[in-house]
Amino acid sequence: MATIYIDGRAVEARNGENLLQACLEAGTDLPYFCWHPELGSVGACRQCAVKQFQNADDKRGRIVMACMTPATEGAIISVDDPEAKEFRGEVVEWLMTNHPHDCPVCEEGGECHLQDMTVMTGHRERRFKFDKRTHKNQDLGPLVKHEMNRCIACYRCVRFYRDYAGGEDLGVFAQHNNVYFGRYESGTLESTFSGNLVEVCPTGVFTDKPFSKVYSRKWDMRGAPSVCQHCSVGCNTILNERAGKVRRTLNRYNEDVNRYFLCDRGRYGNGFVNAPSRLRSAGYVMDGQMTPVPVAQALEQFAAFAKDGPIVGIGSGRASIESNYALRRFVGADNFSTGWAEPLHGAVTRAVDILRTTSARVMPLHEMESADCVLVLGEDVAATAPRLSLALFQTRRTACNKLADKNRLPHWLDAPVRTLGSDLKAPIHVVTPAPTDMDVSATQALRALPDDIARLGFAIANRIDGAAPAVSDLTEEETARATALADALLVAEKPVIVSGTQYASTALLDAAANIAAALVTQGKAAGLTLVLPEANSFGVATMGGLSLDAVCERAQAGQVGTLVVMEADLTRQLDASAFDTLVRSVRHLVVIDHSVTPTAERGELVVPATAFSECGGTMISMEGRAQRFLQVVYPEAPLQVSWRWVRDFAHASGHEGVLDWETLDQAVAATAAGVPAFARIVEAAPKADYELEGEHIRSQTHRVSGRTAIRANISVRDIPPPTSPDTPLKSDMEGTYTTDMPATLIPFYQVPGWNSVQSLNKFQQEIGGELRGGDVGVRVIGERGTAGYAGVAPARMALRENEVLLLPEYRAFGTGETSMWSDPIKARATEAVIRVGGDAPVARVSIQIGAEVFDVPAVNDPALPLGVALCPPHMVARSYEAPCWVTLRTISAEAAA
Amino acid sequence: MSYTAKDPEKRPLLALVDQASPPDVAAYERGGGFRGLRRVLAGMSPAEVVEEVQKSKLRGRGGAGFNTGLKWSFVPKETQKQRKKYIVANGDEMEPGTFKDRMLVEGNPLQLIEGMIIAAYAIQATHGVIFLRGEYHLGLERLKIAVEQAKAAGFLGTKILGADFDFELIVHPSGGRYICGEETALITALEGRRANPRTKPPFPQVSGLWGLPTVVNNIETFSNVPHILANGIDWYLGLSACDDGGTKLYGISGRARRPGVYELPLGTRMGVLLEECAGGMQDGYKLRAFLPGGASTAFLGAEHADIVMDYATPEKAGSRLGTGLAILLDDRASPIGMIRNLEHFFAQESCGFCTPCRDGLPWVEKLLIEIDEGRGTPDDIARLEDAARLIGPMGRTFCAHAPGAIAPLASGLKLFREDFERLVAQGRPSEGASPAQGHAA
Repeated sequence: MATIYIDGRAVEARNGENLLQACLEAGTDLPYFCWHPELGSVGACRQCAVKQFQNADDKRGRIVMACMTPATEGAIISVDDPEAKEFRGEVVEWLMTNHPHDCPVCEEGGECHLQDMTVMTGHRERRFKFDKRTHKNQDLGPLVKHEMNRCIACYRCVRFYRDYAGGEDLGVFAQHNNVYFGRYESGTLESTFSGNLVEVCPTGVFTDKPFSKVYSRKWDMRGAPSVCQHCSVGCNTILNERAGKVRRTLNRYNEDVNRYFLCDRGRYGNGFVNAPSRLRSAGYVMDGQMTPVPVAQALEQFAAFAKDGPIVGIGSGRASIESNYALRRFVGADNFSTGWAEPLHGAVTRAVDILRTTSARVMPLHEMESADCVLVLGEDVAATAPRLSLALFQTRRTACNKLADKNRLPHWLDAPVRTLGSDLKAPIHVVTPAPTDMDVSATQALRALPDDIARLGFAIANRIDGAAPAVSDLTEEETARATALADALLVAEKPVIVSGTQYASTALLDAAANIAAALVTQGKAAGLTLVLPEANSFGVATMGGLSLDAVCERAQAGQVGTLVVMEADLTRQLDASAFDTLVRSVRHLVVIDHSVTPTAERGELVVPATAFSECGGTMISMEGRAQRFLQVVYPEAPLQVSWRWVRDFAHASGHEGVLDWETLDQAVAATAAGVPAFARIVEAAPKADYELEGEHIRSQTHRVSGRTAIRANISVRDIPPPTSPDTPLKSDMEGTYTTDMPATLIPFYQVPGWNSVQSLNKFQQEIGGELRGGDVGVRVIGERGTAGYAGVAPARMALRENEVLLLPEYRAFGTGETSMWSDPIKARATEAVIRVGGDAPVARVSIQIGAEVFDVPAVNDPALPLGVALCPPHMVARSYEAPCWVTLRTISAEAAA
Repeated sequence: MSYTAKDPEKRPLLALVDQASPPDVAAYERGGGFRGLRRVLAGMSPAEVVEEVQKSKLRGRGGAGFNTGLKWSFVPKETQKQRKKYIVANGDEMEPGTFKDRMLVEGNPLQLIEGMIIAAYAIQATHGVIFLRGEYHLGLERLKIAVEQAKAAGFLGTKILGADFDFELIVHPSGGRYICGEETALITALEGRRANPRTKPPFPQVSGLWGLPTVVNNIETFSNVPHILANGIDWYLGLSACDDGGTKLYGISGRARRPGVYELPLGTRMGVLLEECAGGMQDGYKLRAFLPGGASTAFLGAEHADIVMDYATPEKAGSRLGTGLAILLDDRASPIGMIRNLEHFFAQESCGFCTPCRDGLPWVEKLLIEIDEGRGTPDDIARLEDAARLIGPMGRTFCAHAPGAIAPLASGLKLFREDFERLVAQGRPSEGASPAQGHAA
């Protein structure tokens, strides 16, 4: 620590930080624009000017930029110095010369960093009497709106987009006060992280386009902490609601996981909660016709079904662990299915088993950013867990930082540190069957078929530690590759192995686990990460259950009376005929879901569940982090959380006593008690009766307007705010709200004078560090397990002459389930195209998967071997067991004119 | 005219300059070329070369005036084999009123090339780049020919003159921005990125082009180097009329009888330059003030017409030697028009990175237009003074562009205060030659 003096006050500053950080951490408000806690300092805006004095005798001092000046021991600065204040005021005045002052119609208004900073510097009077320059705006696609006239040229957007996220299609053009931040021409932003521009931009240049359609001021919206549902990473989010509708998703800081940024699937994928695809009433299907029925009747119906033989329940990786546990408890562990068909069921089960027992460290995202060697083994992370790929990309920055250390440059001095490492690639080695978006930044990208990747993985592990299972009959090329990769991992101090369930290959997972374990035996601080298919796959697999194949077998043997499917669409797991057979061979199909899926359409009885925005629950991410999401919407009956439906079914069918939960807290406690692995989930968030200094925490701002007016067409009476037994947050503006409230309960970021997301600084103990309100989430796995090596290397994958190996090509936009009910993601997704290996041109193919034949657009990809094709899952066939062998026939080689 | 006669002893820089037909390798060698390089490669160590250049008191001729040898000495002492390093000639020359480097590249490109090879050896650079102003088409063509000739003659490439020293040199025409003359912006431009200046430290000598050690020197600076190595420190120091070594390319533009570039001992008086070289003011014009060394130096009034043009004296008088090419303001031109013209240039050429420069300078220009066109108010003058006070000091902006831009404004506000006030009071456009200019944006 260094002692510095801010206007005579002695303050402790962290070693190596800059004066701006030191001031903010000391609670001194100092305006800034271009500095960003995750992007560092560049000295562009000149807004954080302070006066620095050489020593106690120096009375003149000199203006320095706080963000560009290290906080060295004994530094004496003045923020209040008149000259510094005048300069800061003038900087805002300069910035404002061309700003349109359109706050009343600007969507940033009320949460605008520029507004806050303008007020902070005291600039009130406009002295610039000339015309403003104007820009033309661009159409940047379905996610981000562009209004360049508002730009104050802080350069944050391009620094995030290009430097931090590796994007290339957003840049700076022109010069002087005509600088333009945009694309070379209108068009959809290519980056999967473009939505972060909305939060990174200090004013209203980049705003949330889908939010614009249902716009509301920040102060008029209720907020609640949530957890992203669109992959297994478990990013923390804030949902904003007004008048019963979720309006938008914002990033919620989690020091260890997503920190400041989300991917676009997470930010824009939540529209499904408002989509027409929602199921809003219970229904009974008779003669193919669905009739809405009252809840009581639905329950009676279920009671009748329950008499027709054994009940089997199918859980889901997109439902909370409380709901999954409720179903499992109701139907019994022997009758509970994970909802995955083979081979995925085996792969996910194996993956979670590995994660729970590996001797390597299962690293949170932020920890992986500082890895010095990453091996991505058979998983297209950029598509299956985009935020993870962004974290892995930061390993390049870590390498730059090491050079900076050598040159004694502080890490926050962004541009020089990047320049030092301009030759560096990210220390990432990608080994996948097909090209991935990570290839460009990676040190190398190797191609191999899934089984061959597993073989390579086994060979690497064996190379690192001879005790690991060896691979017989390695080719020279395989040996060379394995040796090179093993060497790269062995010279690293902190190597990380990344794999996942994309190819549903347990051999691949074993290979990844073996490499990590082998590295541990060599004394490496090795990390292991396995990407799972859904947000709560970890929770479901930990609980365990039957595969869908087993359920199908039982059904065909006539052993299933009623099949209860909870928040799952079986048509994404079973092909059309298998699904049809299953539905026909059970007596009754009951579906609990928040949306009308093809499975729900075949249900005999369907009941509407809440979406994650309307209930509370716990999800367990791929790193074993149990995180609670809280409701932001207070839904009306008959919508209720799945576990309440299960409970009501249990009661209706005469199983009182099995499930008597009334509140989420009881559900959490019962789940924690029922599944030993989940004992700690009760700690994931405070209970509903939580009070801070004798008060509940409010989820609305003090300034919410139009409470009466908004319902005036119905009634002008003030209605009591909605309540729920499941959330510790009060739905109204009565209650407390402090910067040190529990981190898991932060409903929005706002403190007096800081209305934008930048106020997050005030919630942190130190910039970029822990939240004042403690950790977010609890890990349900130990620090390290003791598992040894497992598995055997598969045989080399031989391609066939008359068939094509069809591999699943996941996409950031398009292959997700719930996100594709969200309009912005649907708009962002591109057409399903089959990529066919080899050089022969192809424009359209027919492929036969199982018994079904599909006629689809195609393109050839010379990066793939002949005999292999890629198909986006769920976009062509709703389901196919991938990888699989198919017959593929070229219909046309050239696109029709 | 004695001030332009070819004289390798007194005016080495221009001795072989031939604007019509620059010397080829043979002619250059006949005139004494490559003697310096031969001496260096015949047995001097890199450190000895750096030391000799440092002792010769050669200071940067681009405007900042830093000791060249000292600059080279900051480069990490590694051999060519250990690490790639770069040497860059700054020939962007976009300073209004400055046109000396053009003479050197068009008239004797091999002198520059020899200087760069010696410098490369001194810092053990492996690659060199001549970054040339985009509009210097003739210079580009001649430089390319000269590089090819030097390569063919074995002065570039591998094992130069049989020594264990390789050096490759390329010529790169600028895309065209004034800011490219700022060494870090130049480097960024070479990397194919926006020509924005960079933070210092780290200095380019440690982390320059693509993060590798890089020395950037002005073309005139490099052109001095062969003569130092060929003729020795004492000879070089003897050329000068002041403490620093060598001759300087001085110049005059404006209403002088013979505007042009003249090679004179460093520290020559302005009076000699204006009266003897340039033949004094044209008939009917009197000197009112001048910018001693390019557009980004502060005005000096006519009372300084005989000032010593070394590095220290103009600075004491409140200005800078800069590039050493003075722009004259005569008594019949409008000083406000001249300042307006200059600020138009600086506002337009702001790279747009930092706020005071990006948004402050265009505002300054707009205020000057108001005043110049007779619409100004006393408030506008006060705003200009605010701008001068707030933008002018070093450290307020990211690089020296804005302080340079403010130099003629701040000095002009003092020197021509009455003109400003009269224009505002009269509410009429300024009289005299006032170049019409468009708006910056």
